[in-house]
Amino acid sequence: MSENAANIQAMYQELILDHYRRPRNKGELEGEHTTVAMKNPLCGDEVYLHLSLEGDRVNGISFTGRGCSISQAAASMITQAVKGKTSDEAEALGARYREMIMGDADAAQDKSLGQLRALSGVSKFPARVKCALLAWNALEEGLK
Amino acid sequence: MNPGLHYLDSAATSQKPRAVLDAIVNFYETSNANPHRGAYDLSVKATDAYHGARDRIARFFGVSDPATLIFTRGTTEAINLVASSWGGANVAEGDEIVVTGMEHHANFVPWQQLAIANRARLRICELEPDGTVKIERLAELVTKRTRIIAFSHVSNALGTINPVREIAAIARGAGAISVCDGAQSAPHLAVDFDDLGVDFYAFSGHKMLGPMGIGGLIGRRALLEGMPPYQTGGDMIEFVNDEDTTWNVLPHKFEAGTPNAANAVGLAAAVDYLAAIGMDEVRRHERALIESAMTRLSAIDDLHIYGPGAAQRSGVVSFTLGDVHPHDLATILDGAGVCIRAGHHCAQPLMRRLNVPATARASFYVYNDESDIDALVAGIMTAKALFGPAHV
Repeated sequence: MSENAANIQAMYQELILDHYRRPRNKGELEGEHTTVAMKNPLCGDEVYLHLSLEGDRVNGISFTGRGCSISQAAASMITQAVKGKTSDEAEALGARYREMIMGDADAAQDKSLGQLRALSGVSKFPARVKCALLAWNALEEGLK
Repeated sequence: MNPGLHYLDSAATSQKPRAVLDAIVNFYETSNANPHRGAYDLSVKATDAYHGARDRIARFFGVSDPATLIFTRGTTEAINLVASSWGGANVAEGDEIVVTGMEHHANFVPWQQLAIANRARLRICELEPDGTVKIERLAELVTKRTRIIAFSHVSNALGTINPVREIAAIARGAGAISVCDGAQSAPHLAVDFDDLGVDFYAFSGHKMLGPMGIGGLIGRRALLEGMPPYQTGGDMIEFVNDEDTTWNVLPHKFEAGTPNAANAVGLAAAVDYLAAIGMDEVRRHERALIESAMTRLSAIDDLHIYGPGAAQRSGVVSFTLGDVHPHDLATILDGAGVCIRAGHHCAQPLMRRLNVPATARASFYVYNDESDIDALVAGIMTAKALFGPAHV
């Protein structure tokens, strides 16, 4: 198998395709919340992140939108990862996630990222980095 | 230069033959000076090269009066020139501009913005289910307020070849001008401007084997002469008085500033290259590839092709594959060395009408052959295997 083909197999893991097809936390959020829209005009990916905080803690989080497997799986996994975390914890996780997507090898081994490590293969595909960061960019905006 | 590469994105930009690169280098090595400026021999050489290029490109498009071929950066600038100059002066409140539902943003947004600025109405001709324009439907949209009908000769997203002469005739009958976006026809079909009957035809050099940053607008002399300048500055003036300025003759009136002479020379080499192959041969070659690609792709489960049959289609096959997003498909194909476009193809109004956020698009040109389609089909099968059966 060529290096390229191996990289592609590494990116499209079972777990990612599972989140793409059975997204978690997808849908509108009940009650009072803020919504942040992030779009990638190039390919038409859209993520609408719905967020409610209780004090400093992420109480409710969900997303709607449409797009490629990477953008949608990332939104699904990210909403799972930050639910119940304080905004500081969420931001720290986001910073680490961003490092991993940008190709930081240490971050890709960081157990604190949990399932999100399945997305580390995206770093080999510069054209797809934006897809993986779309939901995080929305979350970051929402936590401000 | 890139062995194993299967370039199927010529609708975005074409690869360039050696003859084009050589022509550009040769211009800079032997004739580089500012055209129209110097009293010295080198500037005369540059001027001759620039206008010689215009003459050759005009001949390629069947234009008998080369001064009516205005060099622009490409199709986008050419259409903006017409919208701003002719549209700005001639479209009044309550007037109407007709476009089709398949337009590239370059032939949609300038008209939309003109309509907003001049309080005119933009009317959009809806497409038939096979992605074609029905001439009767278009004719129904035309009223005595119609000032402009703007349409693509060939759709960049679907490949649909539109009936240019019929649309031009409708415009003429209504006293409107016709503006034809030729970005996707100039590279692929024999184009004779006088025969098409349109008032304006816009094209891009980089999609037809030429360099980026050069293209043109071909227009009827009477219209061009009646239009105000698009940009002002050097080269386009006759006399600059303190209070006012008079304009240079065509084509200079619309070519402000130092021209892109080197790329004009490169584009002339490109049209010579295409003319040597023969545009009928280009069409024959592409049509065979399109027919093969459509036959082989439509045999794949869950693959849906958009647009008309091969007879009414140029260079492009747009498709989706089950629940595999086009962006994912493009990445997987890239892994197999196959370059396709995934996205909205700068045609969001069309994507809304097709009710898809994006499609995958393979586009063909003179250098493609059956092995490129082999690689495309193999890559699609890889994507299917990776994603597994579509879940609904």
